[in-house]
Amino acid sequence: MARDSVGNTMLVAAILCVVCSVLVASAAVGLRGLQEANKQLDQKKNVLIAAGLYDDNENSLDEVDGIFSESIEPVLIDLETGELADSEVVDPATFDQREASRNPDLSQAIEPSSKLGGIKRREKYSFVYQVKNEAGKVQKVVLPIYGKGLWSTLYGFIAVGADADTVEGITFYQHAETPGLGGEIENPNWKALWKGKKLYDDPTNSQKKVALQVIKGAVNPDSADAEHQVDGLSGATITGKGVSQLVRYWMSEDGFGPFLDKLRQSAEGDSDG
Amino acid sequence: MARSKERDVLIGPLVDSNPITLQVLGICSALAVTSKLETSVAMALSVTFVLALSNTAISLIRHYIPSSIRIIVQMTIIASLVIIVDQLLKAFAFGASKQLSVFVGLIITNCIVMGRAEAFAMKNPPLLSALDGIGNALGYSLILLIVGFIRELFGSGKLWGIPVMPDSYQTNGLLLLPPSAFFLIGLLIWALRTWKPEQVEHEG
Repeated sequence: MARDSVGNTMLVAAILCVVCSVLVASAAVGLRGLQEANKQLDQKKNVLIAAGLYDDNENSLDEVDGIFSESIEPVLIDLETGELADSEVVDPATFDQREASRNPDLSQAIEPSSKLGGIKRREKYSFVYQVKNEAGKVQKVVLPIYGKGLWSTLYGFIAVGADADTVEGITFYQHAETPGLGGEIENPNWKALWKGKKLYDDPTNSQKKVALQVIKGAVNPDSADAEHQVDGLSGATITGKGVSQLVRYWMSEDGFGPFLDKLRQSAEGDSDG
Repeated sequence: MARSKERDVLIGPLVDSNPITLQVLGICSALAVTSKLETSVAMALSVTFVLALSNTAISLIRHYIPSSIRIIVQMTIIASLVIIVDQLLKAFAFGASKQLSVFVGLIITNCIVMGRAEAFAMKNPPLLSALDGIGNALGYSLILLIVGFIRELFGSGKLWGIPVMPDSYQTNGLLLLPPSAFFLIGLLIWALRTWKPEQVEHEG
């Protein structure tokens, strides 16, 4: 068969496709275990970064497991009540949060879905990562959050102080925003701006609203609202809006609101007693 | 004669026909990933792997590739290799793969890879093509490492993440931004062409 005939062209194309797809598929399948382990380690690392317990410049990856088991106590909560999840319904040891958001039994519809950038369902149960001091009192909690940016779903963690109002840190560990623009949500300097910001307009009021948002441009430090505002990222307006939206959703009654209310009450109870 | 030809294809691209400084190819990734030495090395290794194997593979089947679909065949082989590299990085160098992000995938469109496949591997036997691939990748790597070294040293006062500059050193933030790689590569090209005037392009 001549090299440039139609038949030969088809044959070469077909063989090439089969060989290449087998190679790619076997690489993907063969390495999946290692990749999953890396992802989990990365998640743990990001919980620690949000909690301010890990610094890329000072700590190494080998320390992640040690610090995590030493200072973090993960608990599984029911998002609707804010109470510990019933271990007969969901087992914390086997609960896979990402999987649960797709499982009809373990998730619920987001109404309307525009509240979270078009994501239609969210899980009913969520892990929260408590950081306790030596006396066993909760100092801060690290909460998993996600929402839509411009191109992709942003996954991250936000750490909130025991007053259930002060942000202690934020981090995003998985997204596919444009590097250099929306991708700057990973920039440590920008993440540092979140520390000390306040979530709510009126934290003790039961009608409180989430006021914290990413604004356009730089925050005027003299403005009365400065504690509710974070500098925008230039060239990343839509990513910034997405971040505002996901913070608003997850910190409101729809998300971790009930849990944070409980946290605030117990913190106040402690200070009274 | 044969010896020297193999030497030529391997050593030549380092300085005499360096893909970045002479042909000015592959600039995009050279700008994006060189803010640190670690990512520069990961990128250099990835490109070396892809270029060596793609040149070898394409050279092996060069007599069977119909000319009407030769570019598509080359792209398919290159793309498959890049996906494999991406998977390997995610498994064994997760941190680097996160920092390289889309730029690993963009090796597919790195002009050096396509250029060597089309210009060399389609016409030469596998061993020579492999050497040519490695040589060109090393030429690319050399520039990446030089730029990465300068940018990390003066931009963040570190090498390989370890602080080396005295505490009083004021880091130069510009060097961490992509345009600084433009300046550095421009200066390199200038220096190289002053040293070897035959590389200067003559107009008209």
